[in-house]
Amino acid sequence: MFYREAGQFKTSYAADQSIFPILQDRIGIAIILAVAFIGIPLFATNFFISTIMIPFLILALATIGLNLLTGYAGQLSLGTGAFMGVGAYACYKLTTFFPDADIILLVLASGFVSAAIGVLFGLPSLRIKGFYLVVTTLAAQFFLEWCFIRIPWLYNYNPSGAIEAPARRGLNIVLTGPGANATARYLVVLTIVVVMTWIASNLVRGRIGRSWMMVRDMDIAAELMGVKLFQTKLLAFAVSSFYCGVAGAAMVFFWLGATEPTAFSINLSFQILFMVIIGGLGSLVGSFLGAAFIWILPAFLRAIPSVFGIAIGAETVEHLSFIVIGALIIAFLIVEPHGLARLWQVGKQKLRVWPFPY
Amino acid sequence: MKAKLLGLAAALAVALSAPASVPVKAQDSIFIPLPTYRTGPFAGSGTHIANGLRDYLTMLNERDGGIGGVRLEIEECETGYDTQKGVECYQAMRGRKPVVFNPWSTGITLPLIPLAAKDKIPILSMAYGLSAAADGNVFPWIFNPPDTYWDGASAIILHIANTEGGLDKLKGKKIGFVFLDAGYGREPIPLLEQLASKYGFELLKYPVPAQQMQNQSSTWLNVRRDRPDWVYLQGWGAMNPTAIKEAAKTRFPMDKLISMWWPTEDDARQTGEGAKGFMILNFHSARSDFPALNDIRKFVVDKGLSQVSSPDLVGTNLYNRGVYNSVLIAEAIRTAQKLTGKKVITGEDMRIGLENLQITPERWAEIGFANFAQPVKLTCTDHSGHTQLYIQRWNGKEYEQASEWFSPMTDVVQPLLDKAAKEYVAANQPWPERTEACATN
Repeated sequence: MFYREAGQFKTSYAADQSIFPILQDRIGIAIILAVAFIGIPLFATNFFISTIMIPFLILALATIGLNLLTGYAGQLSLGTGAFMGVGAYACYKLTTFFPDADIILLVLASGFVSAAIGVLFGLPSLRIKGFYLVVTTLAAQFFLEWCFIRIPWLYNYNPSGAIEAPARRGLNIVLTGPGANATARYLVVLTIVVVMTWIASNLVRGRIGRSWMMVRDMDIAAELMGVKLFQTKLLAFAVSSFYCGVAGAAMVFFWLGATEPTAFSINLSFQILFMVIIGGLGSLVGSFLGAAFIWILPAFLRAIPSVFGIAIGAETVEHLSFIVIGALIIAFLIVEPHGLARLWQVGKQKLRVWPFPY
Repeated sequence: MKAKLLGLAAALAVALSAPASVPVKAQDSIFIPLPTYRTGPFAGSGTHIANGLRDYLTMLNERDGGIGGVRLEIEECETGYDTQKGVECYQAMRGRKPVVFNPWSTGITLPLIPLAAKDKIPILSMAYGLSAAADGNVFPWIFNPPDTYWDGASAIILHIANTEGGLDKLKGKKIGFVFLDAGYGREPIPLLEQLASKYGFELLKYPVPAQQMQNQSSTWLNVRRDRPDWVYLQGWGAMNPTAIKEAAKTRFPMDKLISMWWPTEDDARQTGEGAKGFMILNFHSARSDFPALNDIRKFVVDKGLSQVSSPDLVGTNLYNRGVYNSVLIAEAIRTAQKLTGKKVITGEDMRIGLENLQITPERWAEIGFANFAQPVKLTCTDHSGHTQLYIQRWNGKEYEQASEWFSPMTDVVQPLLDKAAKEYVAANQPWPERTEACATN
């Protein structure tokens, strides 16, 4: 009743191929974009923008990156954190080389460096798969982290071994460093994420995405049908690492401002992997839902006691939020093993037939 | 499934509509957020520090009604030693006008350095963080008293030289440096290399990756092979007890093992008799018989306002570290109140208070900490103070003083600090010039 497609006829191929063929979806996405681009910058507090929305968008972008590789192409990976680190360090070196260049361009360009490294570590995927591949990406994780610590050139010989985002301009506005306006940074991150999500959605619907899914479902069958495994798998690694690299660069330049190599440790890889699993493998909506679940919900839970003035120690709040999140993860995965994206789909289906369920 | 979801929603609704008892917030209080880590891999050290930090300030509230008649509003924020969460804490607290922020992690300090000047909130990174931040001309909002890691490293080398019979005796000696392979552990390397070339000793580096913190057997096998005359330990968390244990296992002489100021009593106690003679550098006492600590027991612990699991923990090394940090905060607030004439000070006033912070031996005695630590004096240009340090030795039960107080090699450290500050500015162009006037007494 609320979500009925009956009567919405497609009369051209273009209409049939549109991303959102259903009117309600188009309205929904327009509302979401309006809230994100106009509502939040106008009404949200600085805190909400800089510690909830910006990290959420950046983590969602990294989740999309891993989802392209693991959810769509079926190549398991635990190296996400390291590939994000490659993007961050590449962007740091690029701003050192080109201090006057537009920071947005540099953030996007650092994605290519990450993509190249990703391809390099994707090579073993041609010979091995499954858990064996996880181990080689784990090796990538440790090796790259080791590089971030051990190659002083990467952090410009800074004695503390950290990288700091200097004040840089993008579109002639100061976007990084202390003087940067949170709303401006948010809008830049939002635009990057929206555009890259749009590209990803087209990618997975087209020839490339379909060949990824063929490889995921059965690589021998895909090969027999003419999919070149070599290019397909490496492309998946390249595109995924590109997304992760951009997310990593954005993480340092638009969110944290400075960071140590430990920020790109295996924990970050796990964090992103959880987002993929909770959100749903092979779903772009799921990437956003998963990132929201892992990032926004704990922040929300931590805020609850103080909002109501209940005096509990900060560490108890932390423990409680661990417990609640853990329990919710288990509960969700029991109720719906395919993640929040599947739950969302089920919900849509229910609305479609409401009030006459079958 | 529907029933479950409904149940979940109902539970959430109940939780949200729970009787909200919003306490009336005092309008005339000074807000001090305390980022802590009582959870996570470093909680073993972080909990002691958090207790010390909190208990001293609580004691001031309970005994004196705050500072200068103004109550302190203390609120902990759990970071778990995680940079993402630490920055989130800072962003969450920033709007409530804190007078000072203590990140308690080098990783969290670094992103806050550029933000501090913009938000007008001084950052107090006591004896950790960026060594170069000691330069007040470049970093007007960052304070790292009483010593930087470079001061500490130079003091350790100086103590080795003193034991060997003079700086000229260092020639030809081998000094091993066992460090956590992260920013914190690598921080002293530039200084050590300079000292090595200046005094002709050989510096052997033994990095311990964070994942390998609890498995250092290969590190110590290398130490045994190289047979260094001394080993200098720069570890944190689980790395310290493991290093002491491995050193004892490989029969490295404990009286040649000397650490930066972070190990707790527990770290040494775990090795039992084998740890006797193990030394750490320190800048405050690890005794528990100070009048101010008695006040903490009386006004905080006995009233059940403390989170210490046992009253015996009051006065341990890292507990006292937290107390020292809170003393710096409290004294800086007093100084700020005196200089500005305001009762309720702001972050800007606090910055002035920190720049004029002076704790004389008489003042230490007055606040119930006679001979607890050396006098501290900060100025506009010097945000560290480079105070005197001393060596503590583990006697099997507790740390006892094993050397006189002595000064770090400020003559070597200062040029390096100036150079590092210049490099930071060059790397972070455009870096704002200092605009804050230098308030004087």
